[in-house]
Amino acid sequence: MKEIISTITKDYLYRLIKEGKRIDGRDLLEHRELDVVVGSIGPAEGSARVKLGDTEVVVGIKMDEGEPFPDTPDQGVVITNAELIPMASPQYESGPPGEDATEVARVVDRGIREGGVVDTSKLCIESGEKVWMIFIDIHVLNFDGNLIDAGGIGAMAALMNTIVPASDFEHGENYELPLENIVIPTTFTKIKDTIMLDSGLEEEKIADARLTISTNEDGDIVAMQKGLSGTFEYEDTLECIELSQEIGESLRQKVIEFVEEGKI
Amino acid sequence: MSGNKDMELIDENGKRLDGRDLDELRDIKIEAGILKRADGSAYIEWGKNKILAAVYGPREMHPRHAQEPSRAVVRARYNMAAFSVPDRKRPGPDRRSVEISKIISEALEEVVFVEMFPRAVIDIFIEVLEASAGTRCAGLTVASVALADAGIPMSNMISSCAAGKIDGHVVLDLGKNEDNFGEADVPVGMVPNTNKLTLLQMDGNLTKEEYEEGMEMAMKACNEIYDIQRDALKTRYSTTLEDQEEIDEDISELQEGE
Repeated sequence: MKEIISTITKDYLYRLIKEGKRIDGRDLLEHRELDVVVGSIGPAEGSARVKLGDTEVVVGIKMDEGEPFPDTPDQGVVITNAELIPMASPQYESGPPGEDATEVARVVDRGIREGGVVDTSKLCIESGEKVWMIFIDIHVLNFDGNLIDAGGIGAMAALMNTIVPASDFEHGENYELPLENIVIPTTFTKIKDTIMLDSGLEEEKIADARLTISTNEDGDIVAMQKGLSGTFEYEDTLECIELSQEIGESLRQKVIEFVEEGKI
Repeated sequence: MSGNKDMELIDENGKRLDGRDLDELRDIKIEAGILKRADGSAYIEWGKNKILAAVYGPREMHPRHAQEPSRAVVRARYNMAAFSVPDRKRPGPDRRSVEISKIISEALEEVVFVEMFPRAVIDIFIEVLEASAGTRCAGLTVASVALADAGIPMSNMISSCAAGKIDGHVVLDLGKNEDNFGEADVPVGMVPNTNKLTLLQMDGNLTKEEYEEGMEMAMKACNEIYDIQRDALKTRYSTTLEDQEEIDEDISELQEGE
C-alpha cells in the first residue's frame, strides 16, 4: 500500500521548500533530534533503541555458532534484516519483508560490511567448521521517514554495545565484540531542485530522489544508494559526499557518547 | 568486494586480467526485437554476460490495489537463471534480486511517460542467462532498448555502466575477478547527454577524489553505450535504400501480374 498525501499539504511543502524552509522549522541540512539508548533489550547480545525525530527503531543483535560459507571458511557471518512491522505505520502489512524492507536492510548491511566494521576473520572459532554468526535485526516501531539512517545508526550503536556470549558456548569468558570502524549513513532527499537532509514522512512522500552515503572514520565513502525515480546531477552527489563526511563525523561522536552513557 | 591483496589484478604493463586498459569497456553487443511474443525485447552480450529483456504493456495492473490512479507503474523483475553462475543459484527471488529489481524500476521510471497510462503497468522482465559481473548495469541497459522496442513513450533511454577500484587503481566496468577481489564497485545509470543520474550505488572503499575519477569514466562510458543502444534500434527499424528497392520491385511485379 502506498502512502498518500493531500494536495494542500503537498502544495504547502513545495511553497516552503521554495523559500528554503521545512515543515518542522528545521534548516535544509539539519538532522532531527537523535536519541540512542543502548542495551535496553535483555536477551539480546547488544541492542539500541533509536529515535530520530518521531522515527523510532529498535535494533537487536543476536549471536550464534554456525557453519561458515564454503568460500570463506575462516570468516564469521554478518546478516542484516529489517522488519517494517504493521504497528509502525498504517501502510505496512504483515508478512515477509517487501522491497522497502529489503532495501533498508541491504543498504545498512552494505555500510557495515564494506566499511569493515566487524573484522569477520576474528569471528572464526574453528576454520571451516564453526564461526560466529551475527544477526542484526532492525525493527521499525514508528515510521516517520528516513529509516536507513535510523536503522544504520541503530545497527552501529547496537554492535558497539554487543558482548560476545562466549561462555554460553564454552569458548571462555564473554568479551566485547571487537570493532574496527564506525560507519554512519546520511540520507539526502531531493524535492524539485532542493536537497535536504533527513526527510520526515511528509517530505519523503513528495521526494523525487533519495541518496544515502555511508562514510567511515577516515571520511572514505564505503556505501552509496540512490533511491526513488528522480535523478541527481553528478555535481549534487559531490556536494552530498562532502556534507556526508562532515555530518557523519558529528553523528559518529554523538553515537559514541550515547554508547558510553549506556555503559555506566 | 573483498579487497583481497593476494590477487594480482593489474599487470606490470598496466593491463587488466583480460588485457583491457583501465578505462576500457568489455565488448558490448545489443540486438533489439528478438522475442516474438513480447511487446518489446532485446538481448545483450556484455563481456561474458548474456541477458534478455522483454517488455509487456502498458496493460492492466494486477494486483489491482497496486494501481496508480494518475500514472502507470514501471515494474522491472530482475532474475538470474539457476544455471547462470558456476554454483547453481536457487531459483526465485532473493534479497539481492529484489533490491536490483527495485532500483532498475526506479531508474527506468524517470524516462517513461507514465502519466499517459493511468492504472496500467509496464512490465519489464530481465533474465540473466549468463552472469559475469555487472549484470545490473547490463540489465538496465538492455531493458531500456526493450522498452523502446515496445514503443513505450519515453523521453530517452537509460545507459548504465560501473566504475570501480582494483589494486588501488580506479577502473571502468569490473570483470568477474575484479568484482570479487576488487576494492570498490560503483554502478551508474544515466540519462545520456543530460548526465542525470537515475541509478547510483556504491560498495567498497573510495575517497572523494577516487569517486570523482570513477564517475567521470563511467559517465563517459554511458554515452558510448548509448550509441550502441541506438544502433541496435536503428538496425532493427531502419530501412536501407536496397531494402526499399527490393520492396518497390516486389510491388511492381505484383502490379504487372494483375
